[in-house]
Amino acid sequence: MADVNRGNRPLSPHLSVYNQSYTGTLSILHRLTGMAMAVAGVLVVWWFLAAAVGPDYFALADWVLTSFLGHLVMIGALWALAYHLCNGIRHLWWDSGHGFELEQVRMSGLVVLTCSGALTVLVLLIANL
Amino acid sequence: MSFRTDRARVAGLGVARDGVGHWWAQRVTAVALVPLAVLFVIPFARALGAGREAVLATYAHPFNAIVAMLFIGTAFYHLKLGLQVIIEDYVHAKAPRAAALVANALGAWLFGLTGVFAVARIAIGQ
Repeated sequence: MADVNRGNRPLSPHLSVYNQSYTGTLSILHRLTGMAMAVAGVLVVWWFLAAAVGPDYFALADWVLTSFLGHLVMIGALWALAYHLCNGIRHLWWDSGHGFELEQVRMSGLVVLTCSGALTVLVLLIANL
Repeated sequence: MSFRTDRARVAGLGVARDGVGHWWAQRVTAVALVPLAVLFVIPFARALGAGREAVLATYAHPFNAIVAMLFIGTAFYHLKLGLQVIIEDYVHAKAPRAAALVANALGAWLFGLTGVFAVARIAIGQ
């Protein structure tokens, strides 16, 4: 070993020896929804630019965003936003030093999942009024 | 208790000194984005698919336009901070890491400012 003295440090966790729990899945979903919104954000900016430029360009961008695939992407992005927002509040709550007990973490995860689904449906209902 | 290895101490590796600023900026923008996201999404979802005239009318309203510009600007700043952490965590080779970090920073400014410009142009008129 080139570096025998590793310092008086804790070992990093060996992720592969653990069973993935749903709280772990929720954790990586925070990053995945963030990255997904980067893609959706670029599409939305392009749509706004097209609306500002003129009717012909807007027709193209609006067709892309409101096609079948476009609807899937936008509804997916809406859920990603709702999830990231709810889980972000959960993260801010953790940052303030609360909610680290295992039962609390499991419960807040379920609350985040429920609220993100409900918010998505609510916005879709409002949008189609 | 020191967590640093002898090698890191000799090489002079340590904190980059701006980590706390990055951490705080991510939290502050996160708090700002909670109300902004809600206020942005509802008029946007109603305007999407309603035709260009409806989009222009929606964002001719100063409240909708200001919320949209604040949301797009803050969201892309928050996005830049978040993607930067993801790149730093997963991209280890020196050249791809540097390229990804620069592309992330420039892309966030490009799309953030373009979005703000587009909404402003709709709000102010052609």
